[in-house]
Amino acid sequence: MGNHAVSWGVLRSRAQVIAAYPITPQTQIVEELSEMCADGDLDATFIKVESEHSAMACCIGAAQAGARTFTATSAQGLALMHELLHWASGARLPIVMTDVNRAMAPGWSIWADQLDSLAQRDTGWMQMYCESNQEVFDLTVCSYKIAEQLDLPIMVVYDAFLLSHTSEVVDITDQGPIDDFLPPRQAELKLDPGKPYAFGSLVMPEYYYEMRYKLQEAMERAGGVIDSVLEEWAERFGRKYGQVEGYKLDDADIVLVTSGTTTSTTKYMVNQYRERGEKVGILKMRTLRPFPVERVRKELAGRKRVLVIDKNMSPGLGGVWAQELRAATAHIPDVPPIQCYIAGLGGRDIRPETVRDVIEHGKTQESLEKEYHWIQLKN
Amino acid sequence: MKAVSEFSKSKRLIKDFKEREIMGPGHLACQGCGATLNMRYLLKEAGPNTVMVIPACCWTIIDGQFPFNTLGVPVMHTAFETAASAASGVRAALDRQGKEDTNVIAFAGDGGTFDIGLQALSGAAERNENIIYCCYDNEAYMNTGIQRSSATPELAWTTTTPEGHPKQGKKKDIIQILAAHGIPYAATLNAAFPEDFLKKVRTALSMKGTRFLHMISACPPGWKIDSSMSIKAMRMATESKAFPLYEVYDGVKYHITHESKGTPVKDYLKMQGRFRHLTAENVDFIQRRLDYQWEQLLHRGQLEPFNG
Repeated sequence: MGNHAVSWGVLRSRAQVIAAYPITPQTQIVEELSEMCADGDLDATFIKVESEHSAMACCIGAAQAGARTFTATSAQGLALMHELLHWASGARLPIVMTDVNRAMAPGWSIWADQLDSLAQRDTGWMQMYCESNQEVFDLTVCSYKIAEQLDLPIMVVYDAFLLSHTSEVVDITDQGPIDDFLPPRQAELKLDPGKPYAFGSLVMPEYYYEMRYKLQEAMERAGGVIDSVLEEWAERFGRKYGQVEGYKLDDADIVLVTSGTTTSTTKYMVNQYRERGEKVGILKMRTLRPFPVERVRKELAGRKRVLVIDKNMSPGLGGVWAQELRAATAHIPDVPPIQCYIAGLGGRDIRPETVRDVIEHGKTQESLEKEYHWIQLKN
Repeated sequence: MKAVSEFSKSKRLIKDFKEREIMGPGHLACQGCGATLNMRYLLKEAGPNTVMVIPACCWTIIDGQFPFNTLGVPVMHTAFETAASAASGVRAALDRQGKEDTNVIAFAGDGGTFDIGLQALSGAAERNENIIYCCYDNEAYMNTGIQRSSATPELAWTTTTPEGHPKQGKKKDIIQILAAHGIPYAATLNAAFPEDFLKKVRTALSMKGTRFLHMISACPPGWKIDSSMSIKAMRMATESKAFPLYEVYDGVKYHITHESKGTPVKDYLKMQGRFRHLTAENVDFIQRRLDYQWEQLLHRGQLEPFNG
């Protein structure tokens, strides 16, 4: 299952300090990791903390002292960490975290919905969304390499139950080749007795501005680093990923924009439309931050329809992916209105018929009449 | 008195006081700051092989602004409620690098310890993390301008407990909370008693596991005393039983390390502006409370640990 794919990714990445707190549907990740540590398969210290806030604080402390760290959470746990997500990126610590997408309460829901991670958009974390359990494993390992080259934290994100608890065949790459791909972390600056640096001190307006500049400068480099790490992964292991990925996209008039497991369902429906000769394709989003602005401008220009399936809702404006795409393509000629479809909240199934309804509705939308559309809303 | 250990009468330790200074002089503390003296004495004993973890508190400022710092050891500043959890992470990473002999010390104020950081501290203590956690207790949120905390003494004035509605309820007994976790060592320290202070730091440094050092910390602006009166005020705190000096081993074995003289608490209170609104009845009430707490401590000191 997806959760175990993460545990294996962390094992293969030789994480040194793990701190975590239980929350459904993330729990099996850390259950498996605690067994790996107890059995000696993974030579790491596992700190069983009393909250997600402390889990992130432990990772921050350990990463500041030079260790490779890991934690995993979902929904309320991620929200509880929010303060420290800013700390991790501001302190330029390459922490890797899994977030299993789960809807925010109330009402209590343990099922998939992306608002938990999307709401952390501005914390300075990179985010990558996964469609399959193989991606979960591969991107967990790649994340360490990406994060450590940039000194930025990164979140690997995937859907509750649809991946976390679903069994798929996953190729667990051998340790040797992964060791060649991912050398141990070498922290240039760390807490080191004998070198009495202070980290995270009081900083006056004189310097804070430049610190933020440097954080953004790293984010601007992040796109290139992600590309090169994913290319190296493809060369070594034959599995190719991008910041955005197309499916039957080249000649598509109608482009569905998806993320996570929604993509797979959408592919099924796209195939049906293609059989009927309709030019429908998919733009699958992997990275939320850094946002692949140039790629989406290039891929969306010249299309007839752009239909975003947003498995989230930012109350007051609509789907987050659609908003990001609108911001990225504003004033770009030849990009059609970006239609937003809210679907799948709180684990409501996004079924092939849901996608069909999106396509059929989208065909009728020449202009941007509404900021977002509800789909299959019950009365 | 059996409960009071002999060493408080010893004068030998002062000769042992290390000349070295780890902390630099260029700090940003107010004059007469007890927190600064606590750090200075602590580092004299702990030495340079130390990593200091400081959450939001006065010491965030005292350490100096980027790109300077005054401590002489590596410092990790961290979020308000994370001193114990961040220190746990630092400890884990240093251990994996073979630096088991490096001291990891969290240094937090009373707000970061008694209030917002208590959960993380309880977690670390329950796991018996190999860290020294110091709370310098100036008895309110002094860095933000003297707001009450759960360490503020009963009936004291703060900016959120004005004279007409002074702090209600007694100061939280943090040592009891830590002792209930069964950690190897918990102690109260007072820089006005340097021999006792240093001996306790040494005791803590000689042990493994979670060690908790509770340091009274006079604050001239917050206590409304002249900066020249800090040491006297701290000394009076102990002599009047408001801040007794003792230590607890393994959560059960109590040792009173200084027998308070029993100076009337009114003498301690009247020297501080934060208590100037107290009536004679208030003072009498506080005296009775402290007398009771002292008796309670004596009983604990005389109780032999459970031995199966």
